[in-house]
Amino acid sequence: MSTNGNGPFVEVRGVSKWFGDLQVLDKIDLEVGEHNVVCLIGASGSGKSTLLRCMNLLERVEEGDITVDGVCLTKEKVDVNALRRKIGIVFQAYNLFPHMTVLQNVMLAPRKASGVSRDEAEQRAMTLLCRIGLEAKAGEYPDRLSGGQQQRVAIVRALAMEPRLMLLDEITSALDPQLVADVLNLVRELAESGMTMILATHEMGFAREVADKVCFLDAGRILEEGPPHQIFSEPREPRTRQFLARVLEAERLS
Amino acid sequence: MHALHQTIHAFFNPHSYTLAIPDVWAGFQVNLKMMVIAEALVLVLALAIALVRGLPGPTAKPLRALAIAYTDFFRGTPIIVVSFLIGFGLPGLQLGFVSNRSVLTYGVITLTLVYTAYVTEVYRAGIESVHASQRAAARSLGLSYAQSMRYVVIPQAVRRVIPPLLNDFIGLQKDTAIVSVIGVSEAALTAQQFSNRNGDFPSYVVAAVFFILITIPLARFTDHLVQERERKERAQAF
Repeated sequence: MSTNGNGPFVEVRGVSKWFGDLQVLDKIDLEVGEHNVVCLIGASGSGKSTLLRCMNLLERVEEGDITVDGVCLTKEKVDVNALRRKIGIVFQAYNLFPHMTVLQNVMLAPRKASGVSRDEAEQRAMTLLCRIGLEAKAGEYPDRLSGGQQQRVAIVRALAMEPRLMLLDEITSALDPQLVADVLNLVRELAESGMTMILATHEMGFAREVADKVCFLDAGRILEEGPPHQIFSEPREPRTRQFLARVLEAERLS
Repeated sequence: MHALHQTIHAFFNPHSYTLAIPDVWAGFQVNLKMMVIAEALVLVLALAIALVRGLPGPTAKPLRALAIAYTDFFRGTPIIVVSFLIGFGLPGLQLGFVSNRSVLTYGVITLTLVYTAYVTEVYRAGIESVHASQRAAARSLGLSYAQSMRYVVIPQAVRRVIPPLLNDFIGLQKDTAIVSVIGVSEAALTAQQFSNRNGDFPSYVVAAVFFILITIPLARFTDHLVQERERKERAQAF
């Protein structure tokens, strides 16, 4: 249930950000409806990751406002920890905790951040691990798992907090090609279950399939946005066309 | 020939050894006691100071400055000078509680102050070596700063710094002899007194052997841990 009635679930208004002299986000506007999947595409350094990291305040927003589920996170005195419990993020490099088993990785935040009891947290974690077929790996340490398995554990670690929004930051970019499918299948399932998601991705075929909206970022700006068939089949902007042509060529060569 | 005989006698007179061993052993027990107490205190205090030094935000600035001043002072001052400051300085203050302690206590305080400064830096290096993405992952799950340190950063940091930390403990174990300068009757001082009485040196040999007997196993254990880690990292690379 959304607390802000009929407005968008995520609303980004005029967000800008600089790293020193370099402007990485330039007056970004973006709306994401509840249960929608939005894909951010664009070259490396176009600002996709930074935009995602701003949405759960891993990066400070220097100008503009971001509202998630009716809470404006760029206001002062926002309870950052409470906010982050509602927003899951998955990173390119998985970032599992190497000193904890798979089960402990998934249980940590529910237990310590949400105060869920050990038994309940374990039950929830095992249910999630079963869902991705990794219940047998519960007692293993992350370095015993393949990249694809680690990334799926990272996804259910975020899901264990029962987030209202998932941010996926190029989660297949570090994976061997044959491991990508398992991870994308899980994301597809999430999309079908109605999870609100924002993905930064280089998987154009996947974006076309799951996205309700695709945004092309270039030099910190959303240059073009629209439904996937429009962006991928009839892009308006020359930069978008150029980018897509180069990505398709790279895929042909690989 | 005569001179050589005298030298051999001065170092290796068996009779002297039978007398020196129990004497120096009594002193060495004081060293052991100081080591154990100081090491336990150092482990806890150094972690606390390392954490203070890493506190984020402008409000923690005075605390961070204090932690930096502490490590700068005690890493920069020779331990023998700290011994004098504590061992002679504190009693000289005539402040009841702090001035009526035993020399042993002043010895432990000296060792703790100096080695806490070293080990703080060791912990700090360990904490900084944990990649920022680990903190980002912990914080983005909704854990507070303190929780992310407690459950994610510190456990990884401590594991990484065990070898350098043990190296500092080898140093501490040897430096328990230095606080003899403020009159702690430990192995080095007992050996010196024995040597003065007998006019020979077996007591020093005995003291050296006692120290070696505890530092060498610790050194080998440290080597072993380093090798284990390298083996594990190589295994991961494949």
